[in-house]
Amino acid sequence: MGPMPGAQAPQQIFTIEQLVALNPYNPDILPDLESYVEEQVATQTYSLDCNLCLLRLYQFQPARMNVHIIIKILVKALMALPATDFSLCMFLIPERLQMEETFLTLATLAHFLETSRFREFWDEANRNRDILEVVPGFEQAIQGYAIHVLSITYQRLPRTLFAEAINVEGLSLDKVLEHQVNNNGWALEKGGKVVVLPLNEDNQPVLRRNTADSIPLEHVAKILPVLV
Amino acid sequence: MAYDGNRDFGGGYDDSYDDRPEFRDGFRDLQPLEPGFDTTNYVPDVVRTFVVYLYRHIREKNVYEIHQMYEGSFQKLSDRLFKQSKWPAVEMIAPYVENDHVFCLLYKEMWFRHVYARLQPTLEQRCDSWDNYCNLFQVILHGNVNMQLPNQWLWDMVDEFIYQFQSFCQYRAKLKQKTDQELAVLREIDEVWNVVGVLNYLQALIEKSMILQILEEEKDGNVTFTATDGYDYHGGTNVLKVLGYFSIVGLLRVHCLLGDYHSGLRALSPIDINQPGVFNTVIGCQITTIYYYGFANLMLRRYVDSIKSFNQILLYIFKTKQYHQRSSQYDQILKKNEQMYALLAICLSLCPHPKLVEENVNNQLREKYAEKMLRMQRSDEAMFDELFSYACPKFITPSPPNYDEPLINFNQDAYRLQLKLFLSEVRQQQLLSSIRSFLKLYTTISIAKLASFMDVDEPTLRVALLTYKHKTHVINYDGTVLSNADVDFYVDDDMIHIADTKVTKRFGDYFIRHIQKFDEIVNELDRTQLE
Repeated sequence: MGPMPGAQAPQQIFTIEQLVALNPYNPDILPDLESYVEEQVATQTYSLDCNLCLLRLYQFQPARMNVHIIIKILVKALMALPATDFSLCMFLIPERLQMEETFLTLATLAHFLETSRFREFWDEANRNRDILEVVPGFEQAIQGYAIHVLSITYQRLPRTLFAEAINVEGLSLDKVLEHQVNNNGWALEKGGKVVVLPLNEDNQPVLRRNTADSIPLEHVAKILPVLV
Repeated sequence: MAYDGNRDFGGGYDDSYDDRPEFRDGFRDLQPLEPGFDTTNYVPDVVRTFVVYLYRHIREKNVYEIHQMYEGSFQKLSDRLFKQSKWPAVEMIAPYVENDHVFCLLYKEMWFRHVYARLQPTLEQRCDSWDNYCNLFQVILHGNVNMQLPNQWLWDMVDEFIYQFQSFCQYRAKLKQKTDQELAVLREIDEVWNVVGVLNYLQALIEKSMILQILEEEKDGNVTFTATDGYDYHGGTNVLKVLGYFSIVGLLRVHCLLGDYHSGLRALSPIDINQPGVFNTVIGCQITTIYYYGFANLMLRRYVDSIKSFNQILLYIFKTKQYHQRSSQYDQILKKNEQMYALLAICLSLCPHPKLVEENVNNQLREKYAEKMLRMQRSDEAMFDELFSYACPKFITPSPPNYDEPLINFNQDAYRLQLKLFLSEVRQQQLLSSIRSFLKLYTTISIAKLASFMDVDEPTLRVALLTYKHKTHVINYDGTVLSNADVDFYVDDDMIHIADTKVTKRFGDYFIRHIQKFDEIVNELDRTQLE
């Protein structure tokens, strides 16, 4: 449902991932993994496994740690929301590094996103463009995440809320909405003041009810010997 | 399924080991050696008999007897003779076993394990034990071992190998207490208990044993592994195969100790924990597997997966506890049991799905944690802190310190980081349980009204509702998103619609259980002879 970058995988990704699969603990592949992070940034692809592998190797040899690379990994991990990739990376990064300013900023950004405080997020992101702008596709990825969270929660929502969540206003907002109406089954009501999101399993949970009340066959099987 | 000594492993003896002439009375007559006596240079008769017989049974591939001696006699002799002292040095017993190289490595493995369990290992012993594991694994990896060893022993090797690695990392991290001489040694021994070395051995055992292919082929019925509990009844050896298998669980554990939960679960994925497998032939392995699996899922916010697996193992322990009382690992079993109840309490506080928990487990849980769970549901952070700290794995910092910097203790660093990140997750979910409890009372409620009930403003509530949705959704490995929510809702403009949560009580399970119980009682009555 959420944006899962990295779905399109050119030939070279395959080889690096193979490298990781074959040498998951080999410090020699560290430089390859570092340049692969740069490549993911440049080509807007993503591989959690490769990045975790790199963080693991840093964890084994802290002296080789490259802070700039780690920051890029973290930004990429934010873009993978709603998946838990950001936490997965943070679990592997030494605390003293996490106390540095850039890392605190990233943690704050993650916190705003995890708690759906989009307005605060965009304000904070605005103040830290230098960190985020080096990774192309950042804004779109977060907008994708915001739309994901909205559409599992709302059937209809005020246009203002939508605008705030994706940080778009005015004519650009009209364009975004028009695109969604034409391509993804959205609709507008009350002269465009209310956005109607398409129905899915999560914004009309009734659909999923009462499946739990059946008894699985293997439980019934237990008493069959008694019954015959 | 715990190890069942009655099954046929080709053993010819029915008598319990202790009843045989050479070990009559279960060593009760043995006098402990005098305190201060150097036990490493003296081989008591009973120890000589022990190694001679153990060696013979290993040569004869008599798994049943090996298991009896390994689980029973070794523990008893340790209790009676070497409670606070070392077993005789390997050089002292080697002549009695034809100086057999592999046997001596196995003996030393047990020797060091005994030191770790009963005494405080010295730095030198830590290094020697590492060397011994390297030698032992090298021999096994090169296919030079043609033995059939009990699963219990093979599991203990992997388990102890990782334990000693973890212990070394903890030991090294306490820099303040080190003498200059110890520091000098530590600087020199980068290779010893090196994390890459440890992981590579586990990886090598998995690869060389071809265990992943075996498990894969087994699905097509071409090979048998699980059906024979990993043993080889055609004159072959189970050692490499089963060590490879247990190394899968070993990798899960090491990754979790490093905070790498994703890689841990990925490493475990060749084993389906919901199917019978060799991992549940040894209780210690079964518990380790589920403990780390459940913990990793907890950290990944997959609470339902954790709850299900903890429930399953806790029920199993509840039902079989009495059979393990004599096991040398009984204390360990009890400790992990308690820890898993604490983890279950955490999961259920964050993700209340009491229906997933079986009646007996639920009763135990209430008895132990009813009050603490109540406090966690009220977002009492100190409670989460307490339970997490009690129940989490012993996290480690895998890299050696910089010995040229001021010497500090950093053995708590890894734990503190995981705790901190966990608590920040808890903080993000702070408002959720109160939303949950209000939603349960309504079928529809306006945003404004709920906000006033909760004493927050509308924007805050809207944000919290989004957070509720986000946090109750789990991303699976295939990228699909799934809701774990016990109370679900959607928002239509200004109105919250709550899904009908009054799921009718499930009588099915209840009746099935009682039909079974009733049937057992009737059978019991039928068997009873009336006077």
